[in-house]
Amino acid sequence: MPADAPAMRLDSPTAESPAARFAITVIAIAFLGFFLILPLYAVFAEALRNGIAAYFESFEDPDTIAAIQLTLLVAVIAVPLNIVFGLAASWAIAKFEFKGKSFLITLIDLPFSVSPVVSGMCYVLLFGANGYLGPWLVKHDIQIIFAVPGLVLATIFVTFPFVARELIPLMQEQGTSEEEAALSLGAGGWRTFWSVTLPNVRWALLYGVLLCNARAMGEFGAVSVVSGHLRGLTNTIPLQVEILYNDYNFVAAFAAASVLAGLGLVTLAIKSGLEWRYGDQISAAHRH
Amino acid sequence: MELKIRNLRKEYGAFPALNGVSLDIRSGELIALLGPSGSGKTTLLRAIAGLEVPDGGQILFGDVDALGRRVQDRNVGFVFQHYALFRHMKVFDNIAFGLRVRGRDRRPPEAHIRKRVLELLDLVQLNGLEGRYPAQLSGGQRQRVALARALAIEPKVLLLDEPFGALDAQVRKELRRWLRQIHDETGHTTVFVTHDQEEAMELADRVAVLHKGDLQQVGSPDEIYDEPANPFVYAFIGDSTALPVTIERGRAMLDGAPLVLGPVDAPEGAARVHVRPQDVRLADESESVVSGRVMTLRRSGQYRRVDIAVGERHTRVEALLPPEAEIAVGDQVGLAFRRFAIFPEEKEPPKLGLAREAKAA
Repeated sequence: MPADAPAMRLDSPTAESPAARFAITVIAIAFLGFFLILPLYAVFAEALRNGIAAYFESFEDPDTIAAIQLTLLVAVIAVPLNIVFGLAASWAIAKFEFKGKSFLITLIDLPFSVSPVVSGMCYVLLFGANGYLGPWLVKHDIQIIFAVPGLVLATIFVTFPFVARELIPLMQEQGTSEEEAALSLGAGGWRTFWSVTLPNVRWALLYGVLLCNARAMGEFGAVSVVSGHLRGLTNTIPLQVEILYNDYNFVAAFAAASVLAGLGLVTLAIKSGLEWRYGDQISAAHRH
Repeated sequence: MELKIRNLRKEYGAFPALNGVSLDIRSGELIALLGPSGSGKTTLLRAIAGLEVPDGGQILFGDVDALGRRVQDRNVGFVFQHYALFRHMKVFDNIAFGLRVRGRDRRPPEAHIRKRVLELLDLVQLNGLEGRYPAQLSGGQRQRVALARALAIEPKVLLLDEPFGALDAQVRKELRRWLRQIHDETGHTTVFVTHDQEEAMELADRVAVLHKGDLQQVGSPDEIYDEPANPFVYAFIGDSTALPVTIERGRAMLDGAPLVLGPVDAPEGAARVHVRPQDVRLADESESVVSGRVMTLRRSGQYRRVDIAVGERHTRVEALLPPEAEIAVGDQVGLAFRRFAIFPEEKEPPKLGLAREAKAA
């Protein structure tokens, strides 16, 4: 080292002093711990307060079982529909030029900006017994509000930006030249979609589906309005949690909540696992 | 395959990309579409491929009207500037794609496909890389894969859109030589788009110069360079300077004084004398066209690049002189032109600046 070198050297020009690094790290960890890890711990701790037996006993309640089944049913219907919608919308937006495109993008974001309760109210206003379409629905014996179709509709509305939002930026960045190459090589439109467009976005699609699914199962506000809280019939897990909690049945409430929390953790684990396993391909889809 | 393009027109909104372009492309030739950005060269190429639908005109593949056919049915090999390789497929699957998507009746068995892909990898000198993903290849390698993929379908015509534009200079030169070699081996009719005149001149049998949607000149590199058809081609291809003159009774007048060019056959009125730097030489009083004062001297490779101010308005003339020429800044020198051209002044002066800019881009 030359004699006139400064006494203290930083590792790199962008590095901060040790004290600053320490302070920033502590703030970040404290924040995470207080807002994420502590509540998560609380959910499981409360659920297991009376022992593991009591925890599993709470899943023998038929209403809770029904709530879990209903949540799965709603997700199984809503998520695939949003995959189709998200793919179609992002494909149209990213690969074609048309009038009203920015308006469509704004529309897709609408569920993010509107309170879920408001969207639930809209469905009641439309399909409820006293709603615009109510008399017609009653006449034909179709029940939407306070029934499964209402729950599905509300869930679709709340979760439909997730897939499209993941796909649009990636598809826009990738452009259309690979599709053009496939066409020039003789592939038809359908073939091009399945063997070029879709594989290029598969990781983003999967990520969007995971987020969409987590939200579909965890949605409270919109579902709460259209559900009517009929025990064993129209209660999804989040609604069941609220009812049990209001009944002062804390162990059962937190046990049900732990299912949702566990679902969130599984989602994260799958996502991280995919990134670890297919990291090179995921980044290749972005870079190239 | 012989290509005939007849009066092809395409507009983007009010902006004309192609203004009725007609061009015959001979079977087996390697032709360059050369022009600055916005000249319509890429639009023309994409229209031939079927990736762009023209507003009017005709494209004939042999005697077949190609405009009635979709891009899938034209059987063209298209190579994109940024390769457009299928990023999730290995090199092998990229090259095999065009064969695998064929209908059941025309699809070769997988063993044939494999043989063909390996042959093509050999042709583009990428043996052993069939298991890589595009992201694991260098730019030059990717473009070779793209070419192999386009050749796999045995195209009637090979179309390349600025194929070397995204590569660095060294790789570009190497690939240029290599593309010429492949063309000579396979004999495909090949059309490539470039804004790099050096590339066009070195690589192509013929060069078609486009500007603002109009075809300016088509010819061999020698014809384009030595006999430019108009001021734009003169300014765009190679270096040149233009002296603004007035033609009076068959004589070219620079700022009121005659240039000793002999009789000229340009129409009376404003005109420009175009001359290339290497065609300017020092001359005695007795044989000089014009005289001027040396403004700057620079060494440029094996030459000295000299700016000389001539006429009352000190118009700049550029000359490439041998380094042993004995001149210094401030000298008064006589100049003679080995070769020059006179074109009448156009309403819009030749876009020297624009052409230079495009060359640098």
